[in-house]
Amino acid sequence: MLLHTGSVDFQSIKPLLAAGSISCTSLAETYLQHIDKGAHLNAFISVFAEKALEQAAAVDRKRTRGTAGRLAGLFLGVKDNIVWSSGPTTCASRMLAGYQSPFSATVLKRLAEEDAIFLGKTNMDEFAMGSSTENSAYGGVRLPADPGRVPGGSSGGSAAAVAAGLCTAALGSDTGGSIRQPASFCGVVGLKPTWGRVSRYGLVAFASSLDQIGPMGRSVADCAELLQVMAGYDPADATSSMAPVPDYAASLTRDLKGLRIGLPREFFPQAGMESAVRAAVEECAAFLRREGAELVPVSLPHSGYAIAAYYIIADAEASANLARFDGARYGRRSPAAAALEEMYTLSRSEGFGVEVKRRIMLGTFVLSSGYYEAYYGKAQKVRTLLQRDFAEAFRTCDLLLTPVCPTTAFRIGEKAGDPLAMYLSDIFTVSVNMAGLPALALPCGRDSAGLPIGAQLIGPAFSEPLLLAAGHHLEKGHAPARAFAEAS
Amino acid sequence: MNGTGASSRSKPGLVSAPFEVVIGLEVHIQLQTRSKIFCGCSVQFGAEANSQVCPVCLGLPGALPVLNEKVLASAARLALATGCRINPVSLFARKNYFYPDLPKGYQISQFDQPFASDGGMTVTSEGDAQRAIRIRRIHLEDDAGRSIHAEAFVAEDETLLDLNRCGVPLLELVTEPDLRSPAEAADFMQRLRQLVRYLGISSGNMEEGSLRCDANISLRPAGSDGLGVKTELKNMNSFRHVERALAFEIARQGALLAAGGRIEQQTLLWDPARGMAEPMRSKEEAHDYRYFPEPDLMPVAISGEWVEELRRQMPELPEARKARYEREFGLPAYDAGLLTGDPGVADYFERLAARIEDKKLASNWVMGEVMRASNARGCSVLELKMTPEHLAVLLDSLSRGRIHQQAARRIFAEGLENGLSPAEAIEREAGAQIHDTDQLRMVVREALTSHPDETEAWLGGKDKLAGFFTGVILQSLQGRADPRGIMALLQEERKALLEKRG
Repeated sequence: MLLHTGSVDFQSIKPLLAAGSISCTSLAETYLQHIDKGAHLNAFISVFAEKALEQAAAVDRKRTRGTAGRLAGLFLGVKDNIVWSSGPTTCASRMLAGYQSPFSATVLKRLAEEDAIFLGKTNMDEFAMGSSTENSAYGGVRLPADPGRVPGGSSGGSAAAVAAGLCTAALGSDTGGSIRQPASFCGVVGLKPTWGRVSRYGLVAFASSLDQIGPMGRSVADCAELLQVMAGYDPADATSSMAPVPDYAASLTRDLKGLRIGLPREFFPQAGMESAVRAAVEECAAFLRREGAELVPVSLPHSGYAIAAYYIIADAEASANLARFDGARYGRRSPAAAALEEMYTLSRSEGFGVEVKRRIMLGTFVLSSGYYEAYYGKAQKVRTLLQRDFAEAFRTCDLLLTPVCPTTAFRIGEKAGDPLAMYLSDIFTVSVNMAGLPALALPCGRDSAGLPIGAQLIGPAFSEPLLLAAGHHLEKGHAPARAFAEAS
Repeated sequence: MNGTGASSRSKPGLVSAPFEVVIGLEVHIQLQTRSKIFCGCSVQFGAEANSQVCPVCLGLPGALPVLNEKVLASAARLALATGCRINPVSLFARKNYFYPDLPKGYQISQFDQPFASDGGMTVTSEGDAQRAIRIRRIHLEDDAGRSIHAEAFVAEDETLLDLNRCGVPLLELVTEPDLRSPAEAADFMQRLRQLVRYLGISSGNMEEGSLRCDANISLRPAGSDGLGVKTELKNMNSFRHVERALAFEIARQGALLAAGGRIEQQTLLWDPARGMAEPMRSKEEAHDYRYFPEPDLMPVAISGEWVEELRRQMPELPEARKARYEREFGLPAYDAGLLTGDPGVADYFERLAARIEDKKLASNWVMGEVMRASNARGCSVLELKMTPEHLAVLLDSLSRGRIHQQAARRIFAEGLENGLSPAEAIEREAGAQIHDTDQLRMVVREALTSHPDETEAWLGGKDKLAGFFTGVILQSLQGRADPRGIMALLQEERKALLEKRG
């Protein structure tokens, strides 16, 4: 049957379900088989096989009654930093091994109401800290296209699961590129929504002012449909936006004529970027121009400071967000601890991995008395300048087009010993989080080794309809992008 | 006290001038909102341990705070009452430290942009002088839970946590170092308690911890403008302990300085049982709180319109109410101060005063019987079964002479128990009054003969003793007579006795 060789997106599943040629139950069985076959990828930390089959049967019954939700037939991988009351949430950390949340994230409630089924929790860099999904207490994730390489991170499990057809789509979280960079490495679509567009309630916080949950899928239309269900004000998240949620599907086909696409020169550097990446993104630009868009050279002059400022702010917030993991009430408590201070130091020493500890220490340092202004204070100023850069650029263009990452997927272990080299993997993605903007990553070609290359579209706050429309046009019309959609 | 006690111990040549005491307070006020500051949990005091908690106040992974906007109105009322400027935008910040009863690992507080700034209050200083104390800031924050070690049910090597208090809304009020004596500090706290009760924002109960204070204290040579090295005093959980702890620390610092020693900046814990303050372990106080803006909450924006609306709804404050009692009811300053000390007492009094002519009589009864009854029962005067309306009926009969004081007290005591209108009891007491003049005259004569010395003095011109005899007589009649009738009989007897002596 159709799903044997690979996978299709949810838009292709819907008519098959409607025609009765497949059922949710048969889909569930297929995905569970794929998960078994793809076990070597290590994309899932937990799989809810029985529950998924039960729910599939229940959704099939609803379909016969005509009461099924719009996501009936969509099988989701959920990044393991989004809490669900019916299964463990580990954040890929020993600290939370076996942790069972008593409540579910708002996004999961909304998706479940529309009958999406959660197949399992996907692997990730511990507490979303990393760009390769090598920092997991449950072992690293492998790139489906080349198992000797990383899938990117931190949402590497979600990206790999979607790319390998282990689920229809997945949820990731993006703090500095954690949806877009793995989407790019794995050759899938990933959307980082505007900060505040999707509720963060139930997302285990890494850096609250930068974190955002977003969809990852096999098509732009799937991401649009997921966002439709996920987006909107949540009274449980004081930073969620009250702005009305537009009809994303309806805007996919809007005309691109006259659209001004900015090409920021800092994102096309002479050195440090693979030529195949540059070429693939420039071809996207050329395609969009042929579609009637206008290309505008722009500049984001403070981009060079983005990585440094990002790691200061993200780590500062992380140092506070991860303080609650102290062994006192839940999570790991060192059995060797005999007194209060030992409970803290041993539990945290044993529970956290190297990268998490590095960031907690960095974050603690930059907030310390005497260093605050020089580091955190200055980083906040850079953040303001980055925001201004984008505001200035959007005076002359509607969207920006850039690469997601200067390179394609790197080899396992290649950067594991060099945190700075790893951090530079986020060089084109962190500014977006610093400015709270939405950005879409979609596959647009392959390098000579056949590894996927991702293009990034960045828009002003709440411009998701426009981003999705531009992405949809690329995916449908631009041959190298279309190749991914048709690969199944 | 102004430190002269300390200077008296000074050695010549070391400290030439007496010290001046410099005290600043950091006060925490627990707000009486229905729910917590960042979640919907109840704030009820005394509930079963860990029964009033949810993912938000437990700081579970993924939970987020949402501001309960009711706390803004409470904060604004205190700011308006203390003349503080309400800042159009204030920011929440994270105050980071590890403690088992702090589930998030940080307290959500306000740091460089507090809710309100720059106000003041008045305290009574020596010789009834009124002094202005500047208030630096008022800010909002969440309370931590309670660690329980020192209870019988806790094992030697255990600490239990009750997280019900986590997320209870607090206002922190910080004064400038303007207080000059422990008495002033205690008076400040008392006035603040009165104020928060008037505003209806807190129970202001120090023993229950709904009003808590830490003090910064230092000494400096009198007349100097500089500030000496300060210490911080914690754990003073009553007005009396505020005064005692500060006096202790002033004496300690004074003796140390007088002996040529140096004050070490440190935090001291007041031990009320031993009556002394001891330094906390230096590790416990070596905090770098690493404040930074709370990214989970938006800035608090306050509109001028909203503030004006609240200003219009402000209740009459203690000072104004006291002045009005003196002016409107013709009460002495002492009465007015006592009656307005607690808003419940003042409300009781006003309901009573509206119904009877003799305001001083009303005042005497509220300050006496009514407040005694509420203290004895540990309840508010407004909760007494003897309502001001019933008391008005009773006092009316009393002032018209239908019943006597003693009878009125009996009826009052009955009313406290049964909550019935006193009308029937008044009839009963009035009916039991002795009107038989001959019978009364016998009692009067008996009183005079059994107090020969007082009778001599009375006849000799000490008119005031008439009151004494009235009391004695009514006592023996258990109040069942009209005191005015007794007084008249007494005068008749006096006249007769004097005439007899010719």
